[in-house]
Amino acid sequence: MRFERRAHVPLHLAVAAPLGAVAAALVLAAGLIGAAGVGPLDAYAAMLRGALGSRLAVTEMLTRATPLILTGLAAATAFRARLWNIGGEGQFYLGALTTAWIGHALPLPGPVGVPVLMLCGMAAGAALLAGPAFLRLRFGVDEVVTTLLLNFVVILFVGMMIEGPLRDPLAFGWPQSVPVDGAFRLPDLVPRTRLHLGLLVAVATAGVVWLVLARTTWGLEARAAGLNPRAAAFAGVSLPATIMGVACLSGGLAGLAGAIEVMGVTGGVTTTMSPGFGYAGIVVAMLAALHPAGVVAAAVFVATVFVGADAMGRATGVPSFIADVIVALSLLTMLVALLFTTHRVRR
Amino acid sequence: MTEVLALEGITKRFGPIAANEDVTLHLDRGEVLALLGENGAGKTTLMNILFGHYAADAGEVRVMGRPLPPGRPRAAIDAGVGMVHQHFALAANLTVLDNVVLGSESLWRPRSDRTAARARLLDLSDRFGLPVDPDARVARLSVGERQRVEILKALYRDARILILDEPTAVLARPEAARLFETLRGMARGGLSVVFISHKLHEVMAGADRVAVLRGGRKVAERATADTTPAELAELMVGRRVERPVRRGRRPGAPMLVARDVRTDGLDGVSLTIRSGEILGIVGVSGNGQAALGALLSGLSPPRHGTVTLDGRDVTRHGPRDMIRAGAARIPEDRNAEGVIGEMTVWENAVLERLADFSVGGFVRQRTARRHADALIERFDLRGAASGTRTRLLSGGNIQKLIVGRGLTTDPRFLLAAQPTRGLDEGAIAAVHAALLAARDAGAAILLITEELDEALALADRMQAIVKGRLSDPVAARDADAGRLGLMMAGDWDAV
Repeated sequence: MRFERRAHVPLHLAVAAPLGAVAAALVLAAGLIGAAGVGPLDAYAAMLRGALGSRLAVTEMLTRATPLILTGLAAATAFRARLWNIGGEGQFYLGALTTAWIGHALPLPGPVGVPVLMLCGMAAGAALLAGPAFLRLRFGVDEVVTTLLLNFVVILFVGMMIEGPLRDPLAFGWPQSVPVDGAFRLPDLVPRTRLHLGLLVAVATAGVVWLVLARTTWGLEARAAGLNPRAAAFAGVSLPATIMGVACLSGGLAGLAGAIEVMGVTGGVTTTMSPGFGYAGIVVAMLAALHPAGVVAAAVFVATVFVGADAMGRATGVPSFIADVIVALSLLTMLVALLFTTHRVRR
Repeated sequence: MTEVLALEGITKRFGPIAANEDVTLHLDRGEVLALLGENGAGKTTLMNILFGHYAADAGEVRVMGRPLPPGRPRAAIDAGVGMVHQHFALAANLTVLDNVVLGSESLWRPRSDRTAARARLLDLSDRFGLPVDPDARVARLSVGERQRVEILKALYRDARILILDEPTAVLARPEAARLFETLRGMARGGLSVVFISHKLHEVMAGADRVAVLRGGRKVAERATADTTPAELAELMVGRRVERPVRRGRRPGAPMLVARDVRTDGLDGVSLTIRSGEILGIVGVSGNGQAALGALLSGLSPPRHGTVTLDGRDVTRHGPRDMIRAGAARIPEDRNAEGVIGEMTVWENAVLERLADFSVGGFVRQRTARRHADALIERFDLRGAASGTRTRLLSGGNIQKLIVGRGLTTDPRFLLAAQPTRGLDEGAIAAVHAALLAARDAGAAILLITEELDEALALADRMQAIVKGRLSDPVAARDADAGRLGLMMAGDWDAV
């Protein structure tokens, strides 16, 4: 048996691949759920009810999808240019911390301050990825290692700041940063739920990112630089400028996720505010085959699993860790599915 | 003579395309057989069937009279077939000895017997005239030396039939000549050799017999003593292909001038190319051609010296500024430097001049596609549409794309580095014709080549490059292969 590259990836395969991957991941996870002594169909039904079964459930799911869209876009942007940004988690936290710090006492009216704070969060995330990108360009340091390890550095730094200078004196000793000023809290989209304006910002951002990557000369150059750096340089693409630009955009998107989460949901920063949004963003990007529109859909899927698994745990007693298993499995099955979209099997 | 290898009625289809159709070949002990054909004629497929990489749809392979089970490389190796692929399969971080032994020992043996392996390797290297240092790391070896290691690897596994896929594609001419001497010696020592090639002169020089493949079928078989290059060329292409002929032309004013340029790899290079003139730079690979190409592409600014294009200083110009100043480039390695295989034809066609195909930072896709369509039409890129992924094109069509994208701008200066390396006759003729047309339209062309025939056919003047230095120019009417050979060897006083 051998694999041959396909000349073209047909559209129906490109759409079927993530669906097939998700189905395969659910089938594989069903084995584990069965081992826990619960009927898989009952468990998945409970999961769906928990994520989509009521108005509240849907809004909760979309609240969870909001940061995932942005971290997914961050990963997709970087991966398209073959910049392996595994540091979305750290960029998320640094964006969140910067937003809380500046937003706590920013002397601006709300409508002006919100975009300013978003830009601050983006700048923080961009700065965090600019370092590893520079090290790769200048010294060839593998950015997978630097971005991944920086996550731990950033989370420890966040811990230090919220135990120390940025500690919220009103939190009764709870390790939490000072909150952003009430003027900069994002308005709710649906009253009496947590769903906030950030969702629209995230979806609009996906549109802008698509436009930039697919239609601009910069997007074409970034893709060229990722696919074949030597040929791109030969054709006159400036590699350092392009890669640094990609790093700033990617890090900025992950930082924006942190900023929006703080302004929309948590107010202040804790070291547990992200259930792995940065890492899950990688799964989201891969499930979307790095396409910005797909990122939105994939983020909704991952959020459904996360939110639904909690309800499933309550209803059936299956540990909600199964959500992490399903998301991780769908990354693996998606990688296999991608192989089948780009290759055909020959005997 | 005893027959060691027989392929009987081999047919192999990929979908609707027959890569091989009813091909029959025989090989005797001590014989060198050349398999000649254009790219896509089915040579490599046939050898992959013989080696067990593919299973044939019909037909039989016999080694030493015994049929070979289809689709099993292991069986082929055990029967004494050794294959040297075009792209070497060596581990660069291991030593020569490690590479040769790798895979020939059982995994279950507790330790490998290095002393015996070394003795055997040295004995083989001595017997077949393939000098290697067993302890050298492969990463440090030249391509010629790596090829030697590949051949030794096959011999180490007791190969009695050696198959080489385009063995000279990566070699300079003297290295290639040495290789064919070695192969002759091995044949005299009782081995049988099959090599795949599309170069007529090496088939004539290196083989006893030649089988010509065209469109998957064997169209002829000749003893090399009884045929001529012209006959083989016609058999291979199926029609008469004539490379275009350079006509005399009075060159114009100096267009590209380099004065005393020093970079990594160039040591005080000065040259002048006039408008409407082709200057040929000949030399053995690794003597500074890559540095010269990089300099004139704008990739490596010189430490010392100046470069001017049409009177303007372009010494410090990057690739994009060079293009804007009227330069076009055909890079040495078309896949690594010329195109981005995963992108479409239109994207590659406009990548060098994105500014001309964009408005306000957005790509004008429709204009870009129209431009690509025109280029496909004008330069005869067969089987390509503007949306085709470039990787899917043949080497010749990719080269036509690169040449075409450079020439549609009517450049003042064209850098052509190894423009026909690895191309078949039809594509070579097309590229040559395009270069000559650009010259006649007034471009100044720098042709860097290892093929003396190419330099003699195209260039108005020639200079040899040796260790980063250029010889004095020789006019085309004073040049012949012998004189260029001396120049390439660095023997500048003798010429």
